[in-house]
Parts: sequence; structure tokens; C-alpha cells
Amino acid sequence: MRIGVVTFPGSLDDGDARRAVRFGGADAVALWHGDADLHGVDAVVLPGGFSYGDYLRGGAIARFSPVMGVVIDAARAGLPVLGICNGFQVLCEAHLLPGALTRNSHLHFRNRDQRLRIESTDSAWLGDFGVGQDVVIPAKNGEGRFVADAATLDELTVENRIVARYVGGNPNGSMRDIAAIRNEAGNVVGIMPHPEHAIAALTGPSVDGLGFFTSIVRAVATGRAGRMAGARA
Amino acid sequence: MARVVVDVMLKPEILDPQGQAVANALPNLGIEGVSAVRIGKRIEIEFAGGADADADLDRARVIADRLLANPVIEDFTVRLADDLASADT
Repeated sequence: MRIGVVTFPGSLDDGDARRAVRFGGADAVALWHGDADLHGVDAVVLPGGFSYGDYLRGGAIARFSPVMGVVIDAARAGLPVLGICNGFQVLCEAHLLPGALTRNSHLHFRNRDQRLRIESTDSAWLGDFGVGQDVVIPAKNGEGRFVADAATLDELTVENRIVARYVGGNPNGSMRDIAAIRNEAGNVVGIMPHPEHAIAALTGPSVDGLGFFTSIVRAVATGRAGRMAGARA
Repeated sequence: MARVVVDVMLKPEILDPQGQAVANALPNLGIEGVSAVRIGKRIEIEFAGGADADADLDRARVIADRLLANPVIEDFTVRLADDLASADT
């Protein structure tokens, strides 16, 4: 099984994301922003960092990179895509996920081990979690405040598309304490904290983040990776 | 050569913590009585060739809509720089 990790100019966490993919049990395939080819991968991770220097807005320029053209088409066709931090911003800018991520309400960069509550597991990235499960993974962002209009927030809530919320303190002022959301089909997930930094006791505050990577490996292996949530509806 | 100015502002309902931070700093300058500051972006685009201002404005609108502004959180306006020159002091 092959999971691609995109490197944009300014990506920081692509190395950790590839390591997390390997710890999850798949081969990590490095994808390059300028190469409009997914090289046959079974899923894609858009990593954290500051793609294109975060010029204009986080993710705004990365969204028009050659590789994103093929990622967007594949995601619409059901390819599992996980966007972490800057990757979440790219997914919002690409309109694969609703809303936007804006400057933290208190203006401070936040870097801490963060408790989240998993609220929806209808996704290939979340099968190894239980609804209501608490996880602790690092949050590190300056522009992580999820915003959307009230109608969109209500839609996300009613459709059970809020994947995780911050508990024990909201680190950035995110609306409705949103830390992660998914698209309607469930194949696209965006998360602001960093599961790839919490996959081994030596290097992370927990191994809770590993579940995202073992989940996708299990889902792809059993052919349930595509439109899991859509199939339920 | 036409120059088009694009102004991008956060929508009124979107929190602008940068603007708040600036507003909160103004008393340190001895300036009182400012109720709000909001921060946006001004982008100047220079189009090569032609003198078709309407076409350049249309192209600037496409650029602003697709890239310069995020319609989820921001509004934008476009105008010719020449219009601004007369308005500027």
C-alpha cells in the first residue's frame, strides 16, 4: 500500500508525515508540488508548514500548484486525503472543505499538547477511533481558528462532519471548538493539530495520532477507503 | 499599461485580531478616541499592453475572486489606479 505525502516549498512536517505513514504500515511516497502526478498512491497527506511562505493566505497559493490539480480531481472521485494544519488550510482554499482558517483570536502562536474529542468516525481516516474518545496530540499554529458562517457550522454539526473538537481549552478561538472536519463523503479530512507528531512514545506526547494512519491502511486494505460516509447515507 | 488596485478586506463579521491589537496600542501613542481598526490588503496589478480598462478590470476581478481574496472571509473591490490618483492627496 502506498500513501503519498506532498512537499510544497515551505512544508515542514512532510518528513514526520512520511514517518507516520510508515509507522501506520504503508509505504510513504514523496509527492512534489510541481509534479502533476499522484504516482498511483492509495491516499494523500497534505502536511503542515508554511507552503509558499504562507504568502497572501495560508494555502492560497499552494492550492493552485500542479499537484493540487490532480489531488482535487482525485479527492472529488473519492481518494482519501488528510490535510494537517497547513494542509487543512490548503483543503479549505481548494474548496474541498468548507470554511476558512484565520489568525488565532489572541494573536499568539500556540504550541502545546492538546486534548481533542473525536466526534465522528465516518471516514477512512478515523476507523480505529471511537466516538467520544479523547486523544492528546500537539497543536502548533498561528492561523488555526476555523471560521464559517452560521449556516455552514449548523450543516457541519447536523451532518456529523465535525470530526474533532478541542477540549480542555480552545487554543485559537476556533468556532464551536472545531479542530477537525470532513467532507460529505468522508474521504477528505482536515485537522489543525498534528497527529503525525504523536505516533511514538520517544518523540510525542502520546501515540494517539497513529490511529489516523492505521485507520487509512486498514480502510484501503479492506476496500472501504472511498465514500464510506456517503455509502452509509 | 494599466494599473489596477485591488483592496481586500475581512468581511465585517470576521474577527480581526490584528486590527484590535493596533487599536489597543494607540493609547500608547497618546491617541484616544479610536473605536475600531481593521486591517486589509492593497494589491496593485500592472497589465501589459492594451488600453482597454474595462477588460483589465475584468481580469483583475477574476484574479481577486480566484486568488487574492477568500470569499469565505473576505470582500474585495477593484478600481483603476488613475481613479485613485485624483482621490489621493
